[in-house]
Amino acid sequence: MGEEQRRDGEALRRVHAALNHGRTAVPARAPGRPRHIRTREAAIGEASGGERGSGLPISITGIGKAYGAFKALDDVSLDVASGEFLTLLGPSGSGKTTLLMVLAGFQRPDCGRIRFGDDDVTLAPPHRRGVGMVFQNYALFPHMDVAGNLGYPLRLRGLGRSEIEERVRRALDMVQLSGLGARQVDQLSGGQRQRVALARAIIFEPRILLMDEPLSALDKKLREEMQIEVRRLHRRLGMTTVYVTHDQREALTMSDRVAVIDKGRFRQVGGPREIYERPGSRFIAEFIGESSFLPVELRGCEAWAGGARLMLSGGVPAMASPLLVLRPEKLRVLAPGEDGAGLNVLRGRVDELVYQGESTLFYVELPGGARIAARQAASASAPALPGVGGEVALALAPADTILVPDDA
Amino acid sequence: MTAATAQGPNAAELRADARRERLVLGALAAPGLLLIGVVALAPIAWLFWLSVRKGDSYTLEHYARLLHSSYAYSLQTTFELTFLVTAICALLGYPLAYLIAQARQRTAAILLLFVLFPVWTSLLVRCYAWLVLLQRRGLVNTWLADAGLIDLPLRLVHNFTGTTIGMVHIMLPFMVLPLYATMRAIDRDYVRAAANLGATPSQAFRHVYVPLSLPGLAAGIIIVFILCLGFYVTPALLGGGRVMTWSMQIERNVTYHSDWGAASALGVVLLAMALAIFWAVGRVIGFNRILGGR
Repeated sequence: MGEEQRRDGEALRRVHAALNHGRTAVPARAPGRPRHIRTREAAIGEASGGERGSGLPISITGIGKAYGAFKALDDVSLDVASGEFLTLLGPSGSGKTTLLMVLAGFQRPDCGRIRFGDDDVTLAPPHRRGVGMVFQNYALFPHMDVAGNLGYPLRLRGLGRSEIEERVRRALDMVQLSGLGARQVDQLSGGQRQRVALARAIIFEPRILLMDEPLSALDKKLREEMQIEVRRLHRRLGMTTVYVTHDQREALTMSDRVAVIDKGRFRQVGGPREIYERPGSRFIAEFIGESSFLPVELRGCEAWAGGARLMLSGGVPAMASPLLVLRPEKLRVLAPGEDGAGLNVLRGRVDELVYQGESTLFYVELPGGARIAARQAASASAPALPGVGGEVALALAPADTILVPDDA
Repeated sequence: MTAATAQGPNAAELRADARRERLVLGALAAPGLLLIGVVALAPIAWLFWLSVRKGDSYTLEHYARLLHSSYAYSLQTTFELTFLVTAICALLGYPLAYLIAQARQRTAAILLLFVLFPVWTSLLVRCYAWLVLLQRRGLVNTWLADAGLIDLPLRLVHNFTGTTIGMVHIMLPFMVLPLYATMRAIDRDYVRAAANLGATPSQAFRHVYVPLSLPGLAAGIIIVFILCLGFYVTPALLGGGRVMTWSMQIERNVTYHSDWGAASALGVVLLAMALAIFWAVGRVIGFNRILGGR
């Protein structure tokens, strides 16, 4: 791995040298052929052959970007490993898109460094970064047909006509649009445009791929299909991918790691399971998945919430005003007579029932007046839910009993 | 038209309602359509009619006369002037429109105001203003002489040069406005995408921005070209009688010779040329793109 990275870095340096010094390293160019830029792709794209692990690591150090008094990015640092699929997840205005624009080179940060592999690209203009990008609205050139769009980056790199045709055909096959090369962009459906945009971003075999909410314009079913397809492509091609979304489910579905960003700062960075199961703060627990919160009272080394002493898998953490995170699906209705030994049990009255097909969402009012949400899968084996006003006991396993600091 | 065949409760009533709505819309459009018919189509038909009549019989005599060398000369002058003014307007207007389109909203509004301001002033006033500026002892010549750049005053007016300068000034807004509208609508992500795919700023501009702005350029060229073809006031004032355009031939035929037949024939030719230009540009760019589709 280290050897490979060193070699890649070496190749990249060669390419940058070629770019920066009058393109002297470009091999014999047929006269009359368009002047072309030389990128890393042309130098090592063939060698890497699109194997998994050919992605370039990204290192973000101390990036800041302010618009007047508004800090879009506030001293952001993050390392993305080679071939990793990292999602920037955050509400709108959180700075996730700004960070992506900084990576692509469209926005100049106020401070900080960006490195791709061994190369500092902080000052490199977008066209020398060699990263693929899928834009939110696809940005497919309306004056070119599909093949023209796909072939454009190859044309810029001075590839021959027959090779461009061949690679466009392969790219179309890869995104399951074989034979649509002659279509105009406005003749394509939303899903097809999405695929073309994806194919255009990867056709020149970039080792870093950036995606800016690429699926947000698609309907739910198509979006879920494309999520799987993007994952599949990523596994196959192995480029380091930074994916921006505000859709937490999408982030959990697709990522190796999720970086939750808010107000220009990372709030938590971790694997999807970690982010969901072990939220580090109220903000994370609220933003990802559904949650109710109960204030926790610390009495010595005991934690009390909702009138019950909590059993914790870890022990009582040291924090000022902890909250108990309650995920609706983690709460299990105890059957009558079941005592819930070894579980944290919360008792209350059913306040409201919402039938949602695959499950029933219900709200329970606890003695103290707090209202929590719980969910029961629609299954004949589950205990029957009482009607509105009925008594119910909800059990929570100690391993699922999470306390977070109240930061929201 | 599934509605026309739909049966069932209320179907007839709903159809009648839809028909009423169409009638109301048609009635609202009627005054405009009538106006176009009365002030545009009818006179054109009449013009055409006059151009092929002599006394009580049909004739092509008026058209045959246009082959005379004085007409050929003024046609050539008109075209030279039109091409030159359109080209200069395109060369000046494109960067100007680009600048305005790239500017921030507020700055753009102010710049647009400057572009539009001349349009709100009288055409005659502007022509006389140019006369003052460009004449032998006008401001421009005085400045150039004071700066020691020239010894003898330049002949800037009462000739082709003066006419061109004046017409470029008058036509420029008509080039800038459609260009600006088109450029403003170009999503900046297109240029970003090009850069991301490896295009240098100049390549991205040439490969992506320029093609996407072409419909605006075409619209501007058509407007300026056609306006120039029939322009009268500026060549008459700034040309000093030396620039004989097609429109001045028309005026001469009507006022001096009361020859409506010849004037009509000239008008028909002018109209045909305008349509030909529109058709030619449309063939290159695509009609629906010029007319605002897409």
